[in-house]
Amino acid sequence: MIHLDRVSKRFPGPRPRTVLDGITLAIPRGLLVAILGESGVGKSTLLNLIAGLERADAGSVTVAGSELDRLDDDALTRFRREKVGFVFQAFHVLPYLSVARNVGLPLALLGHDRAPAEDRVQAMLAAVGLADRGESMPRELSGGELQRTAIARALVHRPAIVLADEPTGNLDPDSAAGVIGLLRERLHEEGATGVLVTHSRAAAARADRVYTLSASGLDPTSL
Amino acid sequence: MSAGLAIAWAVLGGAFGSHRGRLALSVLAIALGVALGFAVALINEAAIAEFSGGMRSLSGSADLVVRGPRNGFDEALYPRLARDPDIAVASPVVEVDARIAGRDDALRVYGVDAFRAAAVTPALVGTTKDALDLLRPGTVFMSPAAAAWLDVHPGATLRVQSGTHALPLAVAGYVRAESGERFAVMDIAAAQDAFARIGSLSRIDLRLRPGGDAAALRERIVAALPAGLEVATPDDNAALTRRLSRSYRVNLNVLALVALFTGGLLVFSTQALSIVRRRSQFALLRTLGLSRTRLIALLVGEGALVGAAGSLAGLAGGYLLADAVLRVFGADLGAGFFRGVAPDVAFDIRAAAIFAMLGIVAALLGSYLPAREAAAATPAAALKAGDEQHAFARLRSPLPGAVLLTAGAAAAWLPPVGGLPLFGYGAIALLLFGTLLLLPRIAAWVLAAMPRPHAIAPALALEQLRGAPGQAGVSLATTVASVSLMVSMAIMVASFRQSLDDWLLRVLPANVYVRAAAAGDSAYFSVDEQRRLASIDAVARIAFLRTQGIVLEDGQPHVTLLARDLPAADPSAALPLVGTALSLRAGDPPPVYVSEAIVDLYGIRPGARLHLPLDGKQRNFVVAGVWRDYARQQGALVIDRSEYTRITGDATATDAAVWLAPDVTVDEFRRQVDARMPGAARMSIATPGEIRVRSLRIFDRTFAVTYALLAAAIVIGLFGLSSSIGALVLARRREFGMLRHLGLTRRQIAVMLATEGFAVSSIGLAVGLLLGFLMSLILIHVVNRQSFHWGMTLHLPWGSLAALVLALLALALATTVVSARQAMGHDAIRAVKDDW
Repeated sequence: MIHLDRVSKRFPGPRPRTVLDGITLAIPRGLLVAILGESGVGKSTLLNLIAGLERADAGSVTVAGSELDRLDDDALTRFRREKVGFVFQAFHVLPYLSVARNVGLPLALLGHDRAPAEDRVQAMLAAVGLADRGESMPRELSGGELQRTAIARALVHRPAIVLADEPTGNLDPDSAAGVIGLLRERLHEEGATGVLVTHSRAAAARADRVYTLSASGLDPTSL
Repeated sequence: MSAGLAIAWAVLGGAFGSHRGRLALSVLAIALGVALGFAVALINEAAIAEFSGGMRSLSGSADLVVRGPRNGFDEALYPRLARDPDIAVASPVVEVDARIAGRDDALRVYGVDAFRAAAVTPALVGTTKDALDLLRPGTVFMSPAAAAWLDVHPGATLRVQSGTHALPLAVAGYVRAESGERFAVMDIAAAQDAFARIGSLSRIDLRLRPGGDAAALRERIVAALPAGLEVATPDDNAALTRRLSRSYRVNLNVLALVALFTGGLLVFSTQALSIVRRRSQFALLRTLGLSRTRLIALLVGEGALVGAAGSLAGLAGGYLLADAVLRVFGADLGAGFFRGVAPDVAFDIRAAAIFAMLGIVAALLGSYLPAREAAAATPAAALKAGDEQHAFARLRSPLPGAVLLTAGAAAAWLPPVGGLPLFGYGAIALLLFGTLLLLPRIAAWVLAAMPRPHAIAPALALEQLRGAPGQAGVSLATTVASVSLMVSMAIMVASFRQSLDDWLLRVLPANVYVRAAAAGDSAYFSVDEQRRLASIDAVARIAFLRTQGIVLEDGQPHVTLLARDLPAADPSAALPLVGTALSLRAGDPPPVYVSEAIVDLYGIRPGARLHLPLDGKQRNFVVAGVWRDYARQQGALVIDRSEYTRITGDATATDAAVWLAPDVTVDEFRRQVDARMPGAARMSIATPGEIRVRSLRIFDRTFAVTYALLAAAIVIGLFGLSSSIGALVLARRREFGMLRHLGLTRRQIAVMLATEGFAVSSIGLAVGLLLGFLMSLILIHVVNRQSFHWGMTLHLPWGSLAALVLALLALALATTVVSARQAMGHDAIRAVKDDW
């Protein structure tokens, strides 16, 4: 599903920095993979390369059959819209939309009919335990609830992959455990592939596979 | 760094560091408002000071002044006063505004008895080596200002007009006046002879014996005066002059304050949006122990710094502006009250303090509301994302706005205070503030009524606006304020201009108008000249008019009496009557028609009896109707010319309306006048079209400063519009970053923002247009009527309004697009890393 082949990424500037150097990674469909690593080692860059938000300086990135290096900006946008779901550390739920509207946003972007879209949103809200919070506004929700809203939004359009960048970074341990469990459960249910970038070994321990990213490369890790 | 300073830096440093551009704009807006207000105040002060100084100088040591109609009064009064035991010196004066040959200007010529004047008004006495020059006919002394203005100096000849004749006057020297007044002085007997004022005086200056009781003497003189004369002190006269220009000066000051107000509003929207963006930072500081009062003080202090910086810059700018205006244009700001007065600017500490304070207060008020809200927020809630809308919740109650609107509507019906439309101004301010307070609610209503678009980008735009009506309301404030002010002024000026144009068509029915002189009051047509003019072949019909100034009430300025032919059966054929003319009954006194200003200033209504001082006696008239007059702000009266001649014996005329014979052109008429009338070259002959063009040019000049001040207010308002749109867009870059992650294209985000900009601007424009229309009604029917006594009918300048709407929409869209480009220039990846 996700295939990175000898990918390198270097950031230019007054003090140029190579964050990824010849990384190769293959993630089969339906697995949740966690990537551990210290701050600044390039975990988020790796995620951005998979999302097509950044381009590799060397090597190739293929996701769900699309070779991302060959896609222009519009095609990458379409790719993200159709095939990728995101979960962010800071939730990024639109404050002016209700919970249900936030969850339904990707379906609206894809132009789905309203009635089936609403049914799908309701189903996703029920799946993440927010069936009765659809009409609530984000400010009325706790951090855990906001992240569950974000998970529902990430999966509502049945993407091929879900990318989660420190999704538990803003949550207490209990909520964090709940959110990762939910993410894993929903990914398996929906048949999506997940990449989870985290500092938390506890969160990473819930993944199907774990890798550690360091200056020397990406290595499989068992916890 | 002390703890206090550290906290202050935590609160203010962020704002000053990250919003420098918008803060600079706020400072600039306040500076512009203060500069305009201060400059107008300095220019008006300088003009008034110069004018009053001139009057004091010309009044000399007079304790009392006896004055009467502009055409003068019987000089028999003079010996009676001169013999009064309580009067030390009585100095008779003849005043004539003589048209200067070859120019459309008049020069005031004083005729004085040099020996008497030397004891009372030495500024009116010439200085010469040959004392006989003071008495010699055909000799004048120029004030230095007049000599410089006309470039006529001792040894030269000044040519003026008397009747329809040229009058050469030898310039023998200068007078002792030190003020900047322009005038000339000659011997009184020579002046009476030269200007056909024999037996007539314009005023008598009186100096009391030492220890004399001026009040008692005044009372005694008044009791014995013929009708139409009054006794005033020089201070009364100076106050009268100040009062004549007061409404105009107050209006200019109000307009300058409007610029300051829009500046304050810009500070409000900038501060409100900036404070809301920093809400979570304040919540953190509150959590760390910063008290509410201290947070408010710091944020209001932030506004005070903006106000102080703007005020200082504004005072400096205002002083330089006033200096430049006085140097280049003189002290007249368009209405003609101070034409020819060119004083130096003087830094007025009091005005500086007032305007600096106003600048700071405007910025303080702009900061206070958002600061109070920020401090009132619960820190725990404010720390959470999406809490920003709570910041605007307080603005969503309709009650305060509704109360202000009701109060504004009520204030519009109240009468003037001391001749000024203070309640009218108040009504406009209340309507404006009321509407601004209601904006979030209005925005919410309108947005809720809009159908949800199918396309995702405009749908998201609508959701964003629906979710943030308070924020939209704040950003709408400057738009609504500037649009409504712009629209109200545009409608008022267009209504006035169109009413004036219609009025000119109505009052100029003849083919040609002939005046004895283009300026001044020294010219007239004698009976013989009238006959000769009427007998010209080109003339099919001619009607003559006599004007003169009379005093209706002590302490009031001269009103103009127009004696003209009036058709008894239908006076509305000759006069633009407001309403219908009263039908007179047998035995009623002759009719007089009063202008709207007379109704407003003297409370005289149709049907009332009115005593007019004519030929030294009170003559009884009945007010038979009210007519509209845009030419004479202090009021005018019309009586039938035959009645005037019968009472006064004065058969001269100042103007003639001429209907040409069939197939005769105006040029042919001019040729025949040149051939038949000896003084033709000094007469003014104009067609209604030429008079119309000239009148409208004067109108536009009068409103030029008004336009300039309004333009400044509008520019500040547009700054505000751009600034608030820009701030709102930039503040949402994290949202755009997330939307880009979800698959929204740049174009879709641009469409979303353009939709928001268009919707918000449309609401602002619609509300601004409606409010502007209501404000224009108050300007037309209350402010103008009470200030200048001009009635007018409503005319909507559709073309200008449409252009305004399109220009503002284009500006809003352009600002949105530019801001969107800036916002999307940020890295979508970095944007989502930021906290909300």
